[in-house]
Amino acid sequence: MELSDHLFRRESGRMVAALTRVFGIHNLALAEDVVQDAFCRAMEVWPFRGLPDNPSAWLMATAKHRAIDVLRRERTARTFAPELGRLLESEWTLVPIVDEILAGSGLNDDLLRMMFSCCHPRLKEDAQVALVLHILCGFSSHEIAAAFFSTEAATYKRIERAKKVLAGSKHLFDLTAADFAARLSAVQRALYLLFNEGYHGASAESAVRVELCEEALRLVTLLVDHPLTATSSSYALAALLHLHASRLPARVDAAGNLSTLFEQDRSRWDAQHVEKGLCLLNQSAIGSEVTEYHVEAAIAAVHASASRAEDTDWNEIVGLYDTLMSLRSSPVIALNRAIAIAQSEGAERGLDEIRAIAGVECLEDYPFYHAALGELEHRCNRQPRARQHFQVALARARNPMEQRFLQQRLDACM
Amino acid sequence: MSEFVYLYRSGARPSRSPEQAQQEMQRWMTWLKDLTEKGHIKDPGHPLERSGKLVTGKARTVTDGPFAETKDVVGGYTLVQAADLAQATTLAAGCPIFELADGTVEVRPVLKMG
Repeated sequence: MELSDHLFRRESGRMVAALTRVFGIHNLALAEDVVQDAFCRAMEVWPFRGLPDNPSAWLMATAKHRAIDVLRRERTARTFAPELGRLLESEWTLVPIVDEILAGSGLNDDLLRMMFSCCHPRLKEDAQVALVLHILCGFSSHEIAAAFFSTEAATYKRIERAKKVLAGSKHLFDLTAADFAARLSAVQRALYLLFNEGYHGASAESAVRVELCEEALRLVTLLVDHPLTATSSSYALAALLHLHASRLPARVDAAGNLSTLFEQDRSRWDAQHVEKGLCLLNQSAIGSEVTEYHVEAAIAAVHASASRAEDTDWNEIVGLYDTLMSLRSSPVIALNRAIAIAQSEGAERGLDEIRAIAGVECLEDYPFYHAALGELEHRCNRQPRARQHFQVALARARNPMEQRFLQQRLDACM
Repeated sequence: MSEFVYLYRSGARPSRSPEQAQQEMQRWMTWLKDLTEKGHIKDPGHPLERSGKLVTGKARTVTDGPFAETKDVVGGYTLVQAADLAQATTLAAGCPIFELADGTVEVRPVLKMG
């Protein structure tokens, strides 16, 4: 029997979330120690005695025994989950209550509550994303730093600070709390950013980044599978992530180079993700709420239904970008809208639209702003200008894959 | 074929991410599986707890482990079959324990009767 990929990493989140319900969120570090210990046991025992029939259940059972030891040993020295109170103090109730919590039926609820707890309003978005990755997805600060092109020391500090806020929040977030709606939207935003981090990164350089997309999909599935969190916007977000994920196999060509939406070999798009995404998009049409996720998913659906780039209904896409701008205007969205206009009405019109973007100076450091200018100048056959733009873009490339991509574009402007 | 015991020793556990822990375990499983398929494993043996008791002297004084030097603690054993000590030693060199800073495998021939 083979062990499934990333089993430890995935079980880590489930175990920490469940143990935190027993120990209390203030004992987060203790829960993490117990989980670490369960992995050490598995590492020591499994090679000698063979894989257990159900590795996940074995890990959880090992964590449970260890947790019961800790509760017995430290119940006078520490306070544990306040809502369990006296149940943990008596030998009669200790084992049954721990059994019940770690038994499995409530594990998805625990994961969701942990996910909501990680998106604490006192944390900035990047800290929320790092915390979700660390606690729910089991990535170390070293692995997160590698995915985010950040230093390990800075990532470690950010996570430790975030954990302090989490551990100080007294109890896990309650899904029936008054601020549920606001917290749900923070959770959705964090998953959206998590996916983007994986999607727009240099996936061929680092396998971790594809894993970020997979984790975002796994967590968004938890949202749409739970009656309290399966809202219209959660469906829309899930649709968006699946539709974008469908393009992952085609984003990098055979030579390991970045391939744009226009050039991608669409036969390599993952049909299952497309189908799932379209189905979720239908489900998102409950109620009258229209969020940016609905609109972005609709844009992705238009692309997904065009079997060749030249079959794309650009007028519809421009219309959807107009709607998106009215929901949440930003220079990046405006840039994408301008690119869509260039597709439907020509490069000169696209350039006019880019020049008219409000707050265009915010895009100064964004390599694809300069690349878009370069591309459109190239189409207007003004090669010297196009080259200038691509040179600026190249200087702002954030990773080797973007560098290669922009260098190729620059070389094409002759 | 002669029999040998491998005694595994390593110091304090380094901290590992879940992914690293799984990969390290996978390397152990691959190594032991390979030896099993080649007919070298008589008994895969057992991992041992890192603490225990030590009984010493005529007075049978009982003291607690862990012991003086953590790197001297035997972490587990395996009973293997090999043509001779040289082969048993060569096979031991493939053990993933050497990826740990102070990992060692002691290779000891089982004393034969007669």
